[in-house]
Amino acid sequence: MTDLAHIRNFSIVAHIDHGKSTLADRLIQLTGTVAERDMKEQMLDSMDIERERGITIKANTVRIEYPAKDGQTYVLNLIDTPGHVDFAYEVSRSMRAVEGSLLVVDASQGVEAQTLANVYQAIDADHDIVPVLNKIDLPAAEPARVKEQIEDVIGIEAHDAIEISAKTGLGIPDVLEAIVTRLPAPKGDRNAPLKAMLVDSWYDPYLGVVVMIRVIDGVIRKGDQVKMMQTGARYGIDRLAVLRPAMTDIAELGPGEIGVLTASIKQVRDTRVGDTITHERKPCETPLPGFKPSIPVVFCGLFPADANDFEDLRDAIEKLALNDASFTYEMETSAALGFGFRCGFLGLLHLEVIRDRIEREYDIDLITTAPSVVYKIHMKDGETRELHNPADMPDLTYVDHIEEPRIKATILVPDDYLGDVLKLCQDRRGIQLDLTYAGSRAMVVYDLPLNEVVFDFYDRLKSVTKGYASFDYQMAGYREDKLVKMQILVNDEPVDALSMMVHRDRAEMRGRAMCEKLKDLIPRHMFKIPIQAAIGGKVIARETLSALRKDVTAKCYGGDATRKRKLLDKQKAGKKKMRQFGKVEIPQEAFISALKMDS
Amino acid sequence: MPELWQEAGFGIYLHWPFCAAKCPYCDFNSHVAAEIDQDRWARAYLAEVDRVAALVPGRRVDTVFFGGGTPSLMAPRVVASVLERIAARWSVAEAAEITLEANPTSVEAERFRGYASAGVNRVSMGIQALNDADLKRLGRLHSAAEALAAFDVARAAFGRVSFDLIYARQDQGLADWEAELGRALELAADHLSLYQLTIEDGTAFGDRFRRGRLPGLPDEDRAADLYAATQEMTAAAGLPAYEISNHARPGAEARHNLIYWESGDYAGIGPGAHGRLTLDGVRMATETPRAPGAWLDAVERGAGGSFPVETVPGEAVLDEFLMMGLRVRDGVSLSRLAGLAPNEEILSNINELVESGHLEQRDGRLAATELGRPVLNAVLRAILA
Repeated sequence: MTDLAHIRNFSIVAHIDHGKSTLADRLIQLTGTVAERDMKEQMLDSMDIERERGITIKANTVRIEYPAKDGQTYVLNLIDTPGHVDFAYEVSRSMRAVEGSLLVVDASQGVEAQTLANVYQAIDADHDIVPVLNKIDLPAAEPARVKEQIEDVIGIEAHDAIEISAKTGLGIPDVLEAIVTRLPAPKGDRNAPLKAMLVDSWYDPYLGVVVMIRVIDGVIRKGDQVKMMQTGARYGIDRLAVLRPAMTDIAELGPGEIGVLTASIKQVRDTRVGDTITHERKPCETPLPGFKPSIPVVFCGLFPADANDFEDLRDAIEKLALNDASFTYEMETSAALGFGFRCGFLGLLHLEVIRDRIEREYDIDLITTAPSVVYKIHMKDGETRELHNPADMPDLTYVDHIEEPRIKATILVPDDYLGDVLKLCQDRRGIQLDLTYAGSRAMVVYDLPLNEVVFDFYDRLKSVTKGYASFDYQMAGYREDKLVKMQILVNDEPVDALSMMVHRDRAEMRGRAMCEKLKDLIPRHMFKIPIQAAIGGKVIARETLSALRKDVTAKCYGGDATRKRKLLDKQKAGKKKMRQFGKVEIPQEAFISALKMDS
Repeated sequence: MPELWQEAGFGIYLHWPFCAAKCPYCDFNSHVAAEIDQDRWARAYLAEVDRVAALVPGRRVDTVFFGGGTPSLMAPRVVASVLERIAARWSVAEAAEITLEANPTSVEAERFRGYASAGVNRVSMGIQALNDADLKRLGRLHSAAEALAAFDVARAAFGRVSFDLIYARQDQGLADWEAELGRALELAADHLSLYQLTIEDGTAFGDRFRRGRLPGLPDEDRAADLYAATQEMTAAAGLPAYEISNHARPGAEARHNLIYWESGDYAGIGPGAHGRLTLDGVRMATETPRAPGAWLDAVERGAGGSFPVETVPGEAVLDEFLMMGLRVRDGVSLSRLAGLAPNEEILSNINELVESGHLEQRDGRLAATELGRPVLNAVLRAILA
């Protein structure tokens, strides 16, 4: 057990690509925590997708021992946090487990939207913050300008920011020293009853559920009988360890310390992040305040491209859900796509990560339907329903009004592209809340409907700003608006998998785009096919797929009979893969392309 | 009740697998060989005629067709010995149609008289285009002028002459094709095969097309316009379409090809040749090895008897009957169709297509209409798939 004065707990706040994971790697390396031959890049990111996308999804932790200049050895606990807004919830709870943060800013890029969102979380958690300017070795580095920007935009002192290059190792010793001298030691009472925070939990195929804890008061030991104060569940501690980052057994953890435990817990869902762990015999009096549970805000259908993969998909989804309490699912059937699941996610990146993991780790081709947000349907009888799937929209005659989720979006963009960004936000029904400048960069804050953001907003933003804008958002409640369910009719038959909720004023545009897209995707038939978008019974957009004019084999003689007949047999088999809507056959690929998120 | 084939007749197809060069659009079984031992090939063909004659003895031969490859590379004496052997093994109809496919080069034209003496009474010439730029693009070894000269030689040598053109070529507009077809019609052949260029897998064009290196091909609408113009112009010139791509003065239709389209019996002789033979009342599909060397070796070893002869399942007989028969302007006989016992679903599909105007019933026959013919593949899928 380590004495409180010799512990420092901290996290690193940074925008993606500003060097957070590289800095973590250097800290681990310089302190000899991991033998040189075992080092690999992004040491703390264990998922393939994390390494590949260069992002952190789950919080990870590492315990570092650092002999400081004062001659004392300190225990530094780093909790590496996700940078992306979808995982903001993981960020906020990880922040509650530590006392300070390193704010890493790219010395040439400056402050980005994600930096802001995360640094405010650190400020909310009462952290002491040490600014660090990374990539100082690059010719484009402008430390003076970026320091000024940190002070102007974030409002924290930056004149003594540490200038480093995580890549070359320059300045890393200064960072270690600053963690000890400029961040506070944790507080806690070793003699008080045990009070530990459940910071995170995950499923390990060998160990079962692993729980990360931060001890506030008291001491926890292997073999202790503990209880979770929120769930009331009781467990015996099988194993207690710290992460270096490999799991290393330890006899006990005292106040201020961070470690992991295993306790024959069956699934991640049995644990509640933010719960208070105490001794069964001598419990603490008041639990920690706990966290609000994270709730999914974006929904979409996941269907196997090959119907035979349905059971495999179910298996994959159940396994992923075991380790991700914020991912929800329920079975769904669609006339067009067969059996699948309606899944809920924290945001679009979360959706993409889960989808990628299913396709990659479980080798299942997926059809992802258009993402939808959760609408609140206020019925005339006073009931309020949550709508996760446009197909479930109740009859309008019973609906009083509909509310949609809004977000507060922060966008940082170079001056030159500001006009395009404002136009994009305006087009997406945004309401401008703020517009300020920091040097040649503008910071705009918009109130936007979430459903306009899940539909290709990132892509449009990237494209109109040539990739120079950064974007972050937080949920900002619900508001009533003129929302309608738009249906797509092919040859006068409604196709449920293609219906979506849209704002009345944007329905024509979206309907036209969908009809045009489908016109290109559905093969011509022997008759012409109207493709319509409709609200209720009213058609708002229409395209006509003209009839097939030419499809005949030019040459067919005796030697071709067998071959052409076999081709016909193949077409008979291929027809089974088509989805039949009245007389129209729509190939599965058409659904995939029509519903594809433009990302 | 007569067997299915008897209304259409019995023909013999003989495949010559060699060409002077491989055309980039062609997916037929053709090969370029440095040296060909004509007498060795002749002996093999004769052995195969003997073998097939033993399978279906006592038939009367209505047609013989030398196809390829380029059969106009055959020595006339080889053609003569094959025809002699056929006449020795079967009876040959008085007015039998004996066709040979020919390339219109001057070298080949020199052999035309020899073929005529051997008994060939019809040639089908692969002219393909009437301008030199397009001939070059199509990989042809002759010029337009050379082709026309060869055509004149053929007209003098044979009673019946047909030629092929390929349209819907790269960068070919409607007006270009109309002008070219107009000139073709003035040549006063009695039969024309007008094929829309089809990009086949496994050809040089197929490869170029996949890599995006074959620009300027017509889209579906332009192809449909070209097809419609072809129908109108040929009809006006007195050579209406009697099949999807074939046009003739009345009475000058290719009887051999009609045997294919009307589900007659045909013997397939030579590498990769397919046949349909009714044996003991059962329709059989015959096939031979595609590779010329493999075929030749097998025949010389006396192993022709091991070439596949397989029953065509009842459903497939019906599929082929409609697939081939609806290509013909006059369609299929309803009584023959009834004899193949189509199921309720097929009959109801046919009724729907009659209602939608893609098929019509007339004079005891079922035929594709002007609306149905250009989309015949879709019509067949709608009936059978």
